Amino acid sequence: MTKGVRTRVIVIAGVLLLALYGIVGLPKSTSDLAANLERNIRLGLDLRGGTFLVLEVQVQDAVKAEADRTIETLKEDLRKSSVDYTGIERNDPTTIAQADQIEIGIKGVPAGRTGDFRSIVSERYTTWILTPVSSTDFRLTMKPTEMIALKKDTIERTRQTIENRINSLGVGETTIQQRGRAEADYELVVELPGVDDPARVKQIMQTAAMLELKAVQDGPFGSREQALAKHGGVLPLNTQLMRGAVRAGENGESWYLLSRNAVVTGRDLRNARPGRGEMGQWETEFSLNKDGARRFGNYTGANIGNRLAIVLDGVVRSAPVIQNRIEDSGRIMGARDQQDASDLALVLRAGSLPAGIIYGEERTVGPSLGADSIREGITAGIVGLAAVILAMLVYYKGAGVNAVLALVLNAIILLAALGYFGAVLTLPGIAGVILTIGMAVDSNVLIFERIREELRSGKGVIAAVDTGFSKAFLTIIDTHVTTVVSCAFLFMFGTGPVKGFAVTLVIGLIANIFTAVFVSRTLFDWHLNSQRQVTQLSI
Amino acid sequence: MEIFKNTNFDFLGKKWPFIIASLLLTTAGLVSLALRGGPRYGIDFRGGIIVDVTCQGTPPVNLIRGALSKRISGQIEVQNTGGARNGLLIGTESMGEKELASARQIITETLESTMGQPGGGKLDFNNASAQALADRLRDPLARSGAALSEPQLQELTGRLLQFRDRNRSGLLSSVDELASLQGVTPAVLNTLKQECYLAPFHVQSVQAVGPKVGGELRSQAVLATLYALGGMLVYIAFRFEWIYGLAAVIAVFHDTIITIGLFSIFNKEITLTVIAALLTLVGYSMNDTIVVFDRIRENLKIMRREKLESLINKSINQTLSRTILTSGLTFLTVISLFVFGGQVLHGFSFALVVGIIIGTYSSVFIASPIVVFWQDIAERRKGRGMTPPAAPPAVAAQKAVK
Repeated sequence: MTKGVRTRVIVIAGVLLLALYGIVGLPKSTSDLAANLERNIRLGLDLRGGTFLVLEVQVQDAVKAEADRTIETLKEDLRKSSVDYTGIERNDPTTIAQADQIEIGIKGVPAGRTGDFRSIVSERYTTWILTPVSSTDFRLTMKPTEMIALKKDTIERTRQTIENRINSLGVGETTIQQRGRAEADYELVVELPGVDDPARVKQIMQTAAMLELKAVQDGPFGSREQALAKHGGVLPLNTQLMRGAVRAGENGESWYLLSRNAVVTGRDLRNARPGRGEMGQWETEFSLNKDGARRFGNYTGANIGNRLAIVLDGVVRSAPVIQNRIEDSGRIMGARDQQDASDLALVLRAGSLPAGIIYGEERTVGPSLGADSIREGITAGIVGLAAVILAMLVYYKGAGVNAVLALVLNAIILLAALGYFGAVLTLPGIAGVILTIGMAVDSNVLIFERIREELRSGKGVIAAVDTGFSKAFLTIIDTHVTTVVSCAFLFMFGTGPVKGFAVTLVIGLIANIFTAVFVSRTLFDWHLNSQRQVTQLSI
Repeated sequence: MEIFKNTNFDFLGKKWPFIIASLLLTTAGLVSLALRGGPRYGIDFRGGIIVDVTCQGTPPVNLIRGALSKRISGQIEVQNTGGARNGLLIGTESMGEKELASARQIITETLESTMGQPGGGKLDFNNASAQALADRLRDPLARSGAALSEPQLQELTGRLLQFRDRNRSGLLSSVDELASLQGVTPAVLNTLKQECYLAPFHVQSVQAVGPKVGGELRSQAVLATLYALGGMLVYIAFRFEWIYGLAAVIAVFHDTIITIGLFSIFNKEITLTVIAALLTLVGYSMNDTIVVFDRIRENLKIMRREKLESLINKSINQTLSRTILTSGLTFLTVISLFVFGGQVLHGFSFALVVGIIIGTYSSVFIASPIVVFWQDIAERRKGRGMTPPAAPPAVAAQKAVK
């Protein structure tokens, strides 16, 4: 028996050391200790402050862009093969759910050329399904597999772009994850611990940052109508009208007629940084990569005296006259201040978003509230735990010490396990801890009451302890397994907070079976073995 | 020390007053729910915006409400939550994701225009971010001859804001409070006074939830709970008998309904954290019920001649001491959370305080009587009680019994 106890004590000591290591590591100083604690016991945003965002990625944007690209190249191909048509247009899905309904309608292909048309489409546009609508009209729909791949790719690129942007902002340990299933949910969850200016971060994430440099064909005009009127109500081929940015001190709209095709785009960027213009106002300077610089140089060399529009997210920021051949740099004017200019440089460097994003959820807990919550939470925890410990000691005397030791070990293992699994302690997690404490206390109470009953019925101490443990053990297993079963369902079907609750509780319960049954029993045995004649038990 | 020794209360004999009380509570809750048109969902579930602000002095509630209702459609809730810190709560109705962003902006602007004194272009220190503060101070400090290197500046602003958030709960009433901080020289203090002003409010938290996310959260929380209840029913049915599983689940369901009803009666919001509390009380009450059932199962094997009702009574009495002790101890933890846990934990701990009381008594006065009722019905169907109650197929370890 003594030998058995010794082995068990060694096992318990091993677990305790492992758990302690998981919580505090191997600290060399008190500051080390605090740092390790903070690293291992990670608090959720609701407790420490920070911003939690759910981003709905507007995948239909990417789908529409893909359709637009297809239309452009299809027109080009049809022109080369001199296949006529009266119109090629796509529909306009506006919500995420409608993205699957994208289709391109081709109208008025002459009856004699439909064979050529069909062969062009089936050879070069393999990602689309061609359906004839009438003898001259056709419809293109995207293949389902392509649609899934495109959406997945959009989500992933959005995630990477946002990650790049946030990382260059330098706000510390951010997590960006896709929520739910990759093929069916289009939500990204962004957690920004300790960010104290969420409005700015949100702005930075949301900016599409589509930079295009386009030739100005005509303008500026005072309004859209004026521009249309000048061209007889119809825009020239391959042109588009774009609004100019409204600047401080200017009133009225301005509209430009631009070439549809960009000379260079944000993809040709090499770098961007904030700078100051001649008048001392803030602006964003950018430079182009080799390929972009070559095209830009050729274009500007051939178009001296013409105007070039710098378009950001569909708005003409400025339209300077080309003075001379420019190789590889340009500037975007109109920044409000330094931060505005450097934020724009940041998003340009990180690349443009493949689709728009909408914020589906935002939770910002200010650092002051976080600090208050932690302080109050700790006070409540200490008061509650102290009361429980005191009551156990008063009520069960010597055995109470047993229970308290088991309880403390349970808490240590629970915290360590959270650290080892990389789980985060949130408010619902604390709910799980409370239930764990409740059930841990309950396990001890169950056992002790049983032992008392057995003692009352006249059993000897050793027999009473033995019976008490084995009878209570069945009950403990039943209560614990039932709760673990329910946690399994909560984990499978629940969202974030509900999951957090389930994880903490399961860890706590497993730890509790170990501490309340195995550890507490070992303590009893140890105590009983150390006495020669056991006639009394402090319980 | 022992409080209950060999008690012999006739619990099942006195069940009716308690069952009636339960029914009354349940009805009161359901009536309240019906009158209010369902539970009062927090914004987690219904969508909308909630902004939590602390204020210096009493906030001009009517002024803010008036200014907001002009610019945001739907009902606007502006409430002085009082307390030592003068809380101000601003809430909106559910709205689309795009409107959400602009409404959030409008609320911030309205707070500035109604409570912030005209700062004359100065920076509001009480709501400034570290970055904004550093940008604001950089040049003026250099001009006043107290230029700081960038790391020094970051460290200083970090320390200033940490003091504001940790020591003053985010709200300073005078810039001079910063004077004692390390690195705050008279020159720095002067620059702070020149460049910053102190608005009498501090935004503590902002929550904005779109209608889509809200709906998803609601249906998932309900589904997860129902599945969990189903899982427990199956497990208990497997370990005991199906009627025990059903009785336990009904008892737990009873606790949840009463708690939700009480939330409605006290007009408290059901938030995601309250859901976590409800799950806790489900676990707690289930635990309690199983302990009693376990004892019943054990006694069924020993006292084969005993009538079920008196057997259950005995079982409850035998476990009474542990029931009271465990509930009492858990109650201590929860009550300290309720008293000291602060506003964030308030709804959460309220649900637990209520839940523990109800959860404890439901295992005695709801779950056990259901088993007796069922047994009575079964016996009556079989003809006058010749068959003793069937022993459940327990896999008990018998080595303990001498």
